Amino acid sequence: MAWVNALLQGILIGGFYALFACGLSLLFGVMGIINLAHGDLAVIAAFIALTIAPATGLPIVWSFVLVVPIFAIGGYLLQRTLLQASLDRSPFTTLLVTFGLSVVIENVVLEVFTSNGQSLNIGSLIANSFNPSTAISISYFSLVVLAIAVVVLACLQLFLSKTMTGRLIRAVADDREAAQLSGANYRHLFAIAAAIAFATVALAGMAYGMYTEFSFSSGSANLLFAFEAVVIGGIGSLWGTLVGGVVLGIAQQVGAQINPAYQILAGHLVFLAVLAIRPRGLFGVRAAT
Amino acid sequence: MSDLLCVERLSAHHGQLAAVQQVSFSVGLAETYAIIGANGAGKSTLLRSIAGLHRPSAGRVVLDGLDVTAQSAERRLRAGIALVPEGRRLFPSLTVEENLLVGTYRARPGPFDLAAVYELFDWMPARRRQRAAQLSGGEQQAVAISRALLSNPRVLLLDEVSLGLAPIVVERIYALLPRLGNEGVAVLLVEQDVSQAMRVAGRLHCLLEGRTTLVGAPHELSRHEIEAAYFGTGALQPAAALAAHDASKE
Repeated sequence: MAWVNALLQGILIGGFYALFACGLSLLFGVMGIINLAHGDLAVIAAFIALTIAPATGLPIVWSFVLVVPIFAIGGYLLQRTLLQASLDRSPFTTLLVTFGLSVVIENVVLEVFTSNGQSLNIGSLIANSFNPSTAISISYFSLVVLAIAVVVLACLQLFLSKTMTGRLIRAVADDREAAQLSGANYRHLFAIAAAIAFATVALAGMAYGMYTEFSFSSGSANLLFAFEAVVIGGIGSLWGTLVGGVVLGIAQQVGAQINPAYQILAGHLVFLAVLAIRPRGLFGVRAAT
Repeated sequence: MSDLLCVERLSAHHGQLAAVQQVSFSVGLAETYAIIGANGAGKSTLLRSIAGLHRPSAGRVVLDGLDVTAQSAERRLRAGIALVPEGRRLFPSLTVEENLLVGTYRARPGPFDLAAVYELFDWMPARRRQRAAQLSGGEQQAVAISRALLSNPRVLLLDEVSLGLAPIVVERIYALLPRLGNEGVAVLLVEQDVSQAMRVAGRLHCLLEGRTTLVGAPHELSRHEIEAAYFGTGALQPAAALAAHDASKE
């Protein structure tokens, strides 16, 4: 039963990784941007929620109503200015710019919020769980996060395949110049993709802040897990990102079941194994075409 | 015939290299105008400059009296200039129908909609859910032309549409041109295959190293004039050059 529990916990934590990773996957899939500030953006979302909730009187759990739109607008503006300017130069410039952004965010957060650990307190919601047997415990909160990840990915999938803007985003990802010949403004479409990515990272950051303690330096580890989930699932595949997150989560939980010290190592080993055996990832659709 | 598209003393560079130099011509309403020339003559650069993908270093592009030289490719499409680029350039991860739907974005009002395109290419509806990357070269070219037509252009630019296609497929594609003319669409095509261009175009414009070397209606031009303009003054056509080369060895 302990192994079954480890498997279930892996799936649940995988939902969190997938939520974290889908913005990273979208930015890379559409624009080829590896956003090294992704983890720090999640942390800043948690800090903003921490500030907004008492200021507006909103319960912490509902603060996403403000944080997500703020991040979407911020993502759009950042893409239209700094990121687009760096993208026009070279992908390497973009990598350096997002790295710089990461450093700036970490230091600003340190200055404003100090180095103390914080958490988004949602009361008993975080502790409640469903226990089908004594050895199995399913946290309601983790289940909700998994459900949010599935809903976000499903909505993204529908948006990209059923709407004109979604089709244009995919077209621009395939061939920017040919999309221009169909009247598409690629800068606007890139910015829309960035807005979506930032909105999802805000959700992920808030979920993270509710799940565990966070500080100015928490972003790096989350970036690594999100990156691993994207690579395992396959770049450009949204559902692959969910599978990647779940595979990573299961690997970590199974590793922890063998020996708690192996938890993180097991995830990294699975990531390396996928890279070695199937470099395009499990569902790397864009590479396949 | 009133002029719809005017290209005036257009020059375009790739870095220091002058790809197009002081080229001028005009295309009339519903006219088919062909740019011919050997590889590297500047044909594709000229078309890309007209479509707004390449910034010209000098000169003007005027559409129906409106100077569009400073406009982006997106705005030129809305004004009525659509380019079918060399190599088709479909969106491989999109289905056939999705490729066509992208073509309807920013479409002007006009005769071409999805139903009209499906009537032109009757095999398309059955394969509309297939990814564009899975189509043959000829089928991809048909989708690329359809995608451009769906914007209801006033001037359709065709860049080497016959390249790499079987002759029968090329015939079918060029058979569309009279229909486009009937709808009032002007066609500016770039072709390496001179005989093909002579069959379909009302006027030929030959480029050599980015410069105009010949302009005229196909029936007014002699074979020798075209060869000289295509390969350079005094140049021999490849077969004749080969014969001369063989003779010199003997």
